[in-house]
Amino acid sequence: MSRVLRGVRPYGEDAVDIVIADGVIAELAPAGTGVGDVIDADGLVALPGFVDLHTHLREPGREDAETVLSGSQAAALGGFTCVHAMANTNPVADTAGVVEQVWRLGQVAGLVDVRPVGAVTVGLGGERMAEIGAMAHSAAEVRVFSDDGKCVHDAVLMRRALEYVKAFDGVVAQHAQEPRLTEDAQMNEGELSGRLGLVGWPSVAEEAIIARDVLLAEHVGSWLHVCHVSTAGSVEVIRWAKARGVQVTAEVTPHHLILTEDLVTSYDPIYKVNPPLRTAADVHALREALADGTIDAIATDHAPHPHEDKDCEWAAAAMGMLGLETAFSIAMATMVEPGLLTWRELAQRMSVRPARIGRVRTQGHDLVVGAVANIAVVDPSAVRVISATDLASRSRNTPYDGMELPGRVVHTVFAGTPTVLDGALV
Amino acid sequence: MDSSRAHVVLDDADIGRAIRRIAHEIVEKSRGSQSLILLGIPTRGVALAHRIAAAISSIEGTEVPVGSLDITLYRDDLRLRPARALVPTMIPPGGIDDKTVILVDDVLYSGRSVRAALDALNDVGRPAAVQLAVLVDRGHRQLPIRPDYVGKNLPTSLVEQVRVEVAEVDGADQVTILGEGR
Amino acid sequence: MKHLLSAADLSRDDAILVLDTAAELAAVTDRSVKKLPTLRGRTVVNLFFEDSTRTRISFEVAAKRLSADVINFAAKGSSVSKGESLKDTALTLEAMGADAVVIRHGSSGAPHRLATAGWIGGSVVNAGDGTHEHPTQALLDAFTMRRHLRDGAGDLDGLHVAIVGDILHSRVARSNVLLLRTLGAHVTLVAPPTLMPYGVESWPCDVSFDIDQVLPGVDAVMMLRVQAERMHAAYFPSTLEYSRLYGLDARRMGLLPAHAIVMHPGPMNRGMEISADVADSSRAVMVEQVANGVSVRMAVLYLLLGGMKEEI
Ligand SMILES: [Zn+2]
Repeated sequence: MSRVLRGVRPYGEDAVDIVIADGVIAELAPAGTGVGDVIDADGLVALPGFVDLHTHLREPGREDAETVLSGSQAAALGGFTCVHAMANTNPVADTAGVVEQVWRLGQVAGLVDVRPVGAVTVGLGGERMAEIGAMAHSAAEVRVFSDDGKCVHDAVLMRRALEYVKAFDGVVAQHAQEPRLTEDAQMNEGELSGRLGLVGWPSVAEEAIIARDVLLAEHVGSWLHVCHVSTAGSVEVIRWAKARGVQVTAEVTPHHLILTEDLVTSYDPIYKVNPPLRTAADVHALREALADGTIDAIATDHAPHPHEDKDCEWAAAAMGMLGLETAFSIAMATMVEPGLLTWRELAQRMSVRPARIGRVRTQGHDLVVGAVANIAVVDPSAVRVISATDLASRSRNTPYDGMELPGRVVHTVFAGTPTVLDGALV
Repeated sequence: MDSSRAHVVLDDADIGRAIRRIAHEIVEKSRGSQSLILLGIPTRGVALAHRIAAAISSIEGTEVPVGSLDITLYRDDLRLRPARALVPTMIPPGGIDDKTVILVDDVLYSGRSVRAALDALNDVGRPAAVQLAVLVDRGHRQLPIRPDYVGKNLPTSLVEQVRVEVAEVDGADQVTILGEGR
Repeated sequence: MKHLLSAADLSRDDAILVLDTAAELAAVTDRSVKKLPTLRGRTVVNLFFEDSTRTRISFEVAAKRLSADVINFAAKGSSVSKGESLKDTALTLEAMGADAVVIRHGSSGAPHRLATAGWIGGSVVNAGDGTHEHPTQALLDAFTMRRHLRDGAGDLDGLHVAIVGDILHSRVARSNVLLLRTLGAHVTLVAPPTLMPYGVESWPCDVSFDIDQVLPGVDAVMMLRVQAERMHAAYFPSTLEYSRLYGLDARRMGLLPAHAIVMHPGPMNRGMEISADVADSSRAVMVEQVANGVSVRMAVLYLLLGGMKEEI
């Protein structure tokens, strides 16, 4: 059986019919001529299905906040066909057993590729290396390793991890946060943190770790991935490292492309996130870096938290915000609408590059005949008001509740099968 | 019909006459009493108290001490209105104990202000007697309170407003009624 | 105004209204009758997640002098210490019908959250939150300065005030900088650079690391408590070095102009930031600060609650 995305515009270019058969793109036919079950996509834009390098699915351990299934649903509704499930679950994904469990749950959900991320150190403890090789050789075929939420701050351990993953073409994704400089830290350190009486989280705590790690990566000839870059200084360090030929890639979250620290003035923990919201100058630098390729990818850092962990005073609140179901709209608002990225370039940042970084062979293909049919069909002309209660995620901690955002994901096709049609799960 | 039309009921000459009559009545009623005190209820009551004292002085040649009594903290309608700034309470030297205190207000209406003033007075001392002088009594009492000295009885309807202006505060003396056309 | 969360909430006129009201209330309560009927039937809850007997008592006396019912809800010996959340506590207070909640909390912004999260309907008064603010302390400090240096009326235009000590962790300093500036005074913060907040250069005040240079030009000097524990976090090398460089002793007091007053929000660390002879000198107005605290807190409660619209 074949399906036809009727009248769709790949990368916003001329309208065609994308004919899908046997899980791949079988034909790019002139609009109106494709044969098969028709999915109306007249005038909509087709992009390769999005790939998220940084998703917290919370299962196992915090199924009250999110499950692999609910997170997969949120991902599909956001136009994603692949997510990387972070290792800071309970138990931590630091053994082949846990990563295989998450991977299988992803298979059962069947809405996106769920690619588990393995912990770098046992229990994210930062002391002993986890069984990285076993996770790499498990059914889950882990390639990305990260202690995300915690920084691998021990320089020797970081060096060893960078070296060790070379054996199977893996990558260490570092959550860059110097722990001593960020003890009890609550928000970006600046004039505002001083005024609000919240312990500051200095930019240098991120930049110093990135600087150390790019030099380590250069020294041992390994490849480093930097999670959620949030400061202009980090951008400069990465730009410098790339110019030197260091093998480094980097991601930025949607929220760091649009939100700034002044939101903390409300003391509403919905804006509490790690790394913290920074200044408008940082936001500007991050957008430029994403545009010029210094930053390779948009990664959501989708971090669900139950209501009670946000409905409290600032210091007691959990860090993190939802991202999967709003990422495309934020990317469009911050990068495409201002002319910083074309649709083709956005496809690079949200699909092609993250798939390469994650070593996911079946994802991030260009929309050409023979490619695996992972496709996000979006309506750039739509405008929607975000409602936290309408999200598929089990949690409600979106900072965009009530905000009007441009763009809407209309259909998502995962490996040839529609997972979302007309904005609703199939 | 212009429902907000202001209607002058007392002009400056009327007010002067009313004050002189109140002064005469006070002198007559308290003959022999050497211990009168006039306490005005801010804002306009204070100005009226000073004028009554001056009138008594010109009649009798005696000086009657004048003070002011802020009733804000004693009002029973605090929750119903925005918080108001306090004004000083000024008790003449010697206090009010065993004196005859005459409270002076511009308009007597529900009686609640006078009730508050009596409470406030209670916290200041223990006078021998308390009397009440008002420039205008417009009726509609909600408490068993009656004035001892009245400048003018002014029957009004509930929808009307009585506005007293005095030169010390408002630049001119007059009493007007606003509201339903008369 | 419904809440008092930050000194920044107060315009110049608001601040002067509070100070004028406090002055009238001080005069009323100087009389033999110390109790006013003003807030009869209203409930004020003192919700203290941190120990602060002096501030709690000050609010309690203020509320009682206005005839409010006072409920003390201290962290110790209540469900709060058993890990009940701020929200659950707030919902309990709401069920009790609290008209105002006076909150002291270790987390910056907790009063703000209490006022805006929709947990309670009453007024919130910040009685000190984390390292953020303590607005009624700033008001009582301004009240004290106005009495001594400005004849008890108007604003503080032209005054120069030095605030010396652990600015970084001080909610008193933050509120004072904001309020004193609103009232027209000029503030100089004095501390070792490690105890200055990041970004202090952009605050509406001057910054100095040299107390001896500042003292001759001020009308009031406010010494802040410096906790010895800060030494262990490497903010300064030793208490001895701190008191030598930044403490107010008799010699330094001699640098002050003749009319200048010495203030301290308490509790004092005698021998650390202030020497015993200075603390006990005639220029020290600490006892008066405590008395003025009651008047100012009465004024705040009156202005917040006296005018509240009845919600039916
Ligand atoms: Zn992270």
